[in-house]
Amino acid sequence: MSDSTPLLQQRQEEIVEEFAYFEDWMEKYEYLIELGKELKPFDEADRTDDNIIRGCQSRVWLAAQRSPDGTLLFGADSDAIITRGLVALVIRALNNLPPEVIAGADLWFVQRIGLDTHLSPTRANGLLSMVQQMKHYGIAFQAR
Amino acid sequence: MLNPAHIRSQFPILSREVNGRPLVYLDHAASAQKPVAVIEAQREYLMHLHANVHRGVHSLSQQATDAFEKARETVRGHLNAAFTEEIIWTAGATDAINLVAQSWGRTHIKTGDVIVVTRMEHHANIVPWQMLAEEKGARLEVVEIHETGDLIEADFQLKLKMKPKLVALLHVSNTLGTINDIKRLTRDAQEVGATVLVDGCQSVPHMEVDVQDIASDFYVFSGHKTYGPTGIGVLHGKKELLESMPPWRGGGEMIDTVSFEKGTTYAGVPHKFEAGTPHISGAIALGVALDWMRGVGIKAIGDHENTLGAQARQLLGKVDGLRFIGTSEDKTGVVSFVVDGVHPYDIGTLLDPMGIAVRTGHHCTQPLMDFYDIPGTVRASFGAYNTLQEVDALAAGVERAVRMLR
Repeated sequence: MSDSTPLLQQRQEEIVEEFAYFEDWMEKYEYLIELGKELKPFDEADRTDDNIIRGCQSRVWLAAQRSPDGTLLFGADSDAIITRGLVALVIRALNNLPPEVIAGADLWFVQRIGLDTHLSPTRANGLLSMVQQMKHYGIAFQAR
Repeated sequence: MLNPAHIRSQFPILSREVNGRPLVYLDHAASAQKPVAVIEAQREYLMHLHANVHRGVHSLSQQATDAFEKARETVRGHLNAAFTEEIIWTAGATDAINLVAQSWGRTHIKTGDVIVVTRMEHHANIVPWQMLAEEKGARLEVVEIHETGDLIEADFQLKLKMKPKLVALLHVSNTLGTINDIKRLTRDAQEVGATVLVDGCQSVPHMEVDVQDIASDFYVFSGHKTYGPTGIGVLHGKKELLESMPPWRGGGEMIDTVSFEKGTTYAGVPHKFEAGTPHISGAIALGVALDWMRGVGIKAIGDHENTLGAQARQLLGKVDGLRFIGTSEDKTGVVSFVVDGVHPYDIGTLLDPMGIAVRTGHHCTQPLMDFYDIPGTVRASFGAYNTLQEVDALAAGVERAVRMLR
């Protein structure tokens, strides 16, 4: 187990605690919309077909690079604001972690905050594919 | 005038809650909810009548066959088809179109032939023809549309000058609601020698359809959009045409005699196209669904939906930046829209916790989305059971969602 695994757990616990304040669905979505608005938009240059993850309805772009300390830095974007909010949460959990932690990450926080339906294969918003792609980056960078 | 409260009481699902809110079901165009009569018909069949059709001498099989064939006659009457054997049971409208593409199409379409479709077709009336065209080296030509969502008449006439073998087009658009002048379009196409297939998925649930009056060669619709079960649909074809076509799927039910020595001969229409054990309970319940529609009054249903659509357009029109997609003067009640700076998916996601079920996305009409240069629309579509109060809830919900998203 990497030293960074506790960090991933800690981040997820923080997110769960934040969401505990919300009393209903609309409040959760309001918060997600805020997160979506705050997420740094992708450089237009990065909104390429290489980076696109196609959902049926909303599109997600994802880019990854290795920082000097060996951890992975993700950038992501979506054309739908609620999807952007969810993307922001996933990045907050996984950013700046070593590839091996990302590759094996269990994102249990999504279920705990009641947003797991957004990660279901039938949701078609591209989010599940994004998480899978992030793990693939983890595996790929680990091998280097 | 129909009585929405009375109608609603016949739809058990409409009394359930979604996300703690009363369900507001505005996704009729994707699939209709089912009245008790239809649910009971399937149950009754499975409880008391089930046996395989057409092959048994025992009473149960006879009774099942009688009910199954009676439903076929009900469909004939509903469409005013000339002969009962012109009604082919299929697994759905998609299946019906594929049947025509594989049987009629593979026989008649040759290299260099032209198949005409329109910009507003559902993928189900595009992809089977693309597959056929690719296999045969034929060419697909697309009739373009105006911004309003009406076919460009001049372009239609231009495409007819190419002497198409087949014109495949919808009666009513699932995304735009546009009602095509199907009788005249069919006649024009047939005058240049084309065979005409009409996709009636969005017309049969909302209006009277008379296939003898339209004079289409093929007319298809799906059961589940007309208050019937899923997994059952109908292909209507002109009798001589169906008789001239080879079978598509082989198997039981569709044969006359099978022999290794003398070869196999096929049954006549309609059974030639119904290989295997059919969806018996589905067919019977579809017959009941069509009878149910007739009992309520088909014109009354259409009028009611138009009233709801008009109210929806009036209320939604007040939302800042909202633009309707599909503004033909001749359209059904379906309401499709986009809102400036807001993704349709986000609106649908926010309506869901309010208990409001609408459809967002491309509605299986991606070429239409390309034309309007949008990722999708939000679509509210209505059935006999929807109410003006639900339209009010929709408008308030959209207003709230847009406020949150901006």
